[in-house]
Amino acid sequence: MSRASNHPGTNPLRYRSYWGGFLLGIAMMAAIDEIVFHQILAWHHFYDDATPRIALLSDGLLHAAELFVFVFGFFLMLDARRRRSFWAAASWAAFVTGLGLFQLWDGVIDHKVLRLHQVRYGVDLLPYDFAWNAAGALLLATGIIWTATLARRAQSAQIAQTS
Amino acid sequence: MGAELILAVPALAAAIVYLSATVLEGRRGRPWPWHRTVCWIAGTMCAAAGFFGPLASAAHDSFVAHMAAHLLVGMVAPLLLVLAAPVTLALRALSVDPARRLSRLLRSPIAHVFTHPVVAAVLNVGGIWALYLTPLYDLMQRDMLVHWLVMLHFVIAGYLYTAALIGIDPAPHRPGFVLRAAVLVVSLAGHGVLAKLLYADPLPGVPPAEAHAGAELMFYGGDAVEFVIIVLLCAEWYRVTGRQLRSVASAVGRQPTRTRLRSPRTRPSTKGASA
Repeated sequence: MSRASNHPGTNPLRYRSYWGGFLLGIAMMAAIDEIVFHQILAWHHFYDDATPRIALLSDGLLHAAELFVFVFGFFLMLDARRRRSFWAAASWAAFVTGLGLFQLWDGVIDHKVLRLHQVRYGVDLLPYDFAWNAAGALLLATGIIWTATLARRAQSAQIAQTS
Repeated sequence: MGAELILAVPALAAAIVYLSATVLEGRRGRPWPWHRTVCWIAGTMCAAAGFFGPLASAAHDSFVAHMAAHLLVGMVAPLLLVLAAPVTLALRALSVDPARRLSRLLRSPIAHVFTHPVVAAVLNVGGIWALYLTPLYDLMQRDMLVHWLVMLHFVIAGYLYTAALIGIDPAPHRPGFVLRAAVLVVSLAGHGVLAKLLYADPLPGVPPAEAHAGAELMFYGGDAVEFVIIVLLCAEWYRVTGRQLRSVASAVGRQPTRTRLRSPRTRPSTKGASA
């Protein structure tokens, strides 16, 4: 087919393995949230009486999309490997970006804007919210910087090769 | 209970007809895969469990048992029945004329409408919303006939829905992956949101503790079945994409995909990239 599909070039964002890793990062953080905070610690609640009805809808869509993304991420990775365009470092950078993006989304949109549920009940929320969102922001920043570094290094490697 | 055994007749008939067809196919030297037969038998058993037997009678008193029956009849049974590929078996086992009639029926406009993912999802998820948010649930718990009709709707709508998304049987005009994925996500959300609403506002006459247990069962049980459907849908995407890759490779007239595509060594990665 076109060159582009077989030779994604130096931009990590054009790699299937990048987006596979990104989807898996989102799904992994969603799974950690569900397993650790909902089920094991039981800090979060299945349903919070303060939840507005419309938030239930957006949460339902997000949860369904997470489940889908979790599976599709794996298949994208397999597809990248089959096309011989698997770039492991790009996948990891995207994975960290996905982790951070979900954590920050959960902390800001789900907990604060939509008020689906809180990090923990019966405690002063401020330190919990701070730790939650700071962790998310840190992961997201790491992922983005990592991605940018990979792109720059790949570019300079290519220039070195062609010159 | 004795009279209810008459409800076993359709399930038994379905199992016997399917088994006869597989035996017929075996005798003709075209053995039918045994795992599909297992799916069919298990599927008819799951569907039957919603109509009679211990679970069906418990479902009248307990919301949790009702929810278990809903999952079994409306989600697990349809998935198993779809995986049994009954239409493929019928097309193979039937003689030419009836097989032709069946395939004409499958290509008819009416079949096209009911097997469209959006229509099937509305019938399926819309059906359960209607059940719990109208007096239908109350009526179903009091009137046996309504109960059976609701269960029958669950099986049929669940089958159409599952077949529209991941059908193995031939389906002319099956829409593409993106539409089916979107329908799957939206309908899964519709199921989950309804579960949370039932948690928040228990149905009249259902004690809160029971409503909570039933709603959580609906939410997580639904997730489990939909997870399997997602995997099967994505696996189909993977197979189809692979076929396209190979046909592109052969159309170009070069080596097969594996060797033609760039090797990882030519990738613009740097030293740390393969870590």
